[in-house]
Amino acid sequence: MADSILELQNVGKYFGDFVAVERINFKVKKGEFFTIVGPSGSGKTTMIRMLVGMDKPSCGDILMAGERINDVPANRRPTCMVFQSLALFPHKSVGENIEFPLKIRGETKHNRKTRAIELLEKLHLSEVYYHKKVSECSGGEKQRVALARALAFDPEILFFDEPLSALDYRLRKTLEKELKNIQRSTGKTFVYITHSLEEAMVMSDRISIMRDGRIVQIGTPDEIYNHPANGFVAQFMGEVNEFQVTRQGNNRLLDSDSKQHYAAPPGVNLDAGILIVRPERVRILTEGEEADTEMTGTVQNQYVLGSRVQYEVKVKNRSLLVETMIDESRDVGESVRLGWNADQAFLLAQ
Amino acid sequence: MNAQSPVSPSKTSSSPESLPERRKFKLMTFARNLILWFKQPGVILSLPALFVFIAGFVGPLVLVVLYSFMPPRTFSFNQLPTLDNFATILQDGYYLSYAWSIGLALVTTLILLAICWPVAYGLSKVFKRSMIITLLLVLPLFVSENVRLFGWVLTLLNHGVLDGTVRTLFGWELPDLLYNVPVTVLGMVYIYLPFMLFPMSLGISMVPDTCREAAFDMGATRWQVFKEVELPLAMPGIMIGSLLTFVLVLGSISEAKILGGQSIIMISHDIETAFTYAQNWPLGSALSTLLILITAVLVIGLLSRLNLDNLLSRK
Repeated sequence: MADSILELQNVGKYFGDFVAVERINFKVKKGEFFTIVGPSGSGKTTMIRMLVGMDKPSCGDILMAGERINDVPANRRPTCMVFQSLALFPHKSVGENIEFPLKIRGETKHNRKTRAIELLEKLHLSEVYYHKKVSECSGGEKQRVALARALAFDPEILFFDEPLSALDYRLRKTLEKELKNIQRSTGKTFVYITHSLEEAMVMSDRISIMRDGRIVQIGTPDEIYNHPANGFVAQFMGEVNEFQVTRQGNNRLLDSDSKQHYAAPPGVNLDAGILIVRPERVRILTEGEEADTEMTGTVQNQYVLGSRVQYEVKVKNRSLLVETMIDESRDVGESVRLGWNADQAFLLAQ
Repeated sequence: MNAQSPVSPSKTSSSPESLPERRKFKLMTFARNLILWFKQPGVILSLPALFVFIAGFVGPLVLVVLYSFMPPRTFSFNQLPTLDNFATILQDGYYLSYAWSIGLALVTTLILLAICWPVAYGLSKVFKRSMIITLLLVLPLFVSENVRLFGWVLTLLNHGVLDGTVRTLFGWELPDLLYNVPVTVLGMVYIYLPFMLFPMSLGISMVPDTCREAAFDMGATRWQVFKEVELPLAMPGIMIGSLLTFVLVLGSISEAKILGGQSIIMISHDIETAFTYAQNWPLGSALSTLLILITAVLVIGLLSRLNLDNLLSRK
């Protein structure tokens, strides 16, 4: 394929008996923002180390622009990684850090400085930073310097190993968007690793979800959110309501614990499985409002999430999570009628 | 520290005071300042260490410097200072001993830099500061330096361990191995190896693995990683190791005596002779003072050029 810049064919990595990555296949298109998401221990760091060239795969091939690069060491690959720890050189100034890949390449001092200042500007850092020490920079600034250094290398593919995980929420949100903008404006291929699906959703063109060394699902953020491949993917996005169900008739499901009935999502022909409903899909029904699945319960707890509120509603012997806008406020102890439409739930295999 | 400022306005506002009163006031301010200074955290706690430092370190140094200005072959400070000893040093060709000492110190430090880097690298990266290997390297330090050097003498002696073995097995005759410059350097390298090795391996363990990987990832060759990342980041350890070995070799005496025979006279040997055999303390003191001066100039010059502050400001 002409437009796939990176391709993995049956790539696996074993440490003795331990399977870190199990025969993975996927393709990354040129100019794409591709994110690999997985909980810790899912093999994503092992994977990126193979992609960057710091580890060799135990089996399979890694192809870059159609050529096998398994045995090409990291320093001869046209790729570059932004480390989780950022790995900025503490003995060099910000400017020298950014110039490092250019110095390695033997560029003249003048060219290096011009390029470094250009990159500083691109990342919203003033020229003052050129002479600053790395230790004088804040977390967000260091992040920008690390990115500038990687961009100075001008790689075909830029890898990121959870670089934003140590930052506070607000700064992370800002940088996520900035990263996405930089990816757009430079047209580079970004391969990003994170444990946060939320972070992946904001930035990525496509997301691949990993679990125990395997890929569970690859898709656009929209596909991942609206058509999760299994319960693991659905849960990964955040808290969900889960019901163990068996089919009873064409469009009715029976909860094996509470013996309640739910409307079956259309187009799924499973006889048994997990029914998943996201809290934001469950509505608190007003007088006379109807839904495919309805039930009543008592509000047990409320958690304000900012613009929205999450309620824990006790229905029979279990609790359901419901999220609404903050203006539809309910009190603890109040009895409410809950409901959702059949097509807003997922019926997934175990 | 000066918390007495509220007192001064009252002085200026009153009528002109008499001289003794002003003096008394000054004395009181001084006393109060002194008490406040003592009340600072750490001052009292540091006194014992300060005392040991002054009595055991600064004191003798001052005595040696003072002695170097006394007339030759005298044993008291009760005389007019003179520069005779320094004149003797200039006239009597002691510069050769200084040259030998500084030259050997430089050569030994350079050799140690070269051979300790791979060993220290292995120690801190491959063996992860393994206890057993560290112990094997430290264990010889428990044996007296002279004993170890005599071990070398027995090994390298004509008809000694090495020569005897080669003679018996192959019938060859080895040339004289002892009592020359190379064997002296060998002894120094052997004796002072740990003083370079351990600070250096500490320095190397201060280089973050990710920095090394990042440099490699950005296309750096092995050599470039060494030059651009490892060497500057390990520099504090390297500097400390180099200073230790340099200064220790400068003051060493047994290697040149035992392994070098009479082929090398180092300055430490001259100093010893002056103090003991020649009974010329002032000359010995002058030689020592000059050695301390030369060392200080070299070391401070080197340190200021390398800007340790800059090297150590790491995060």
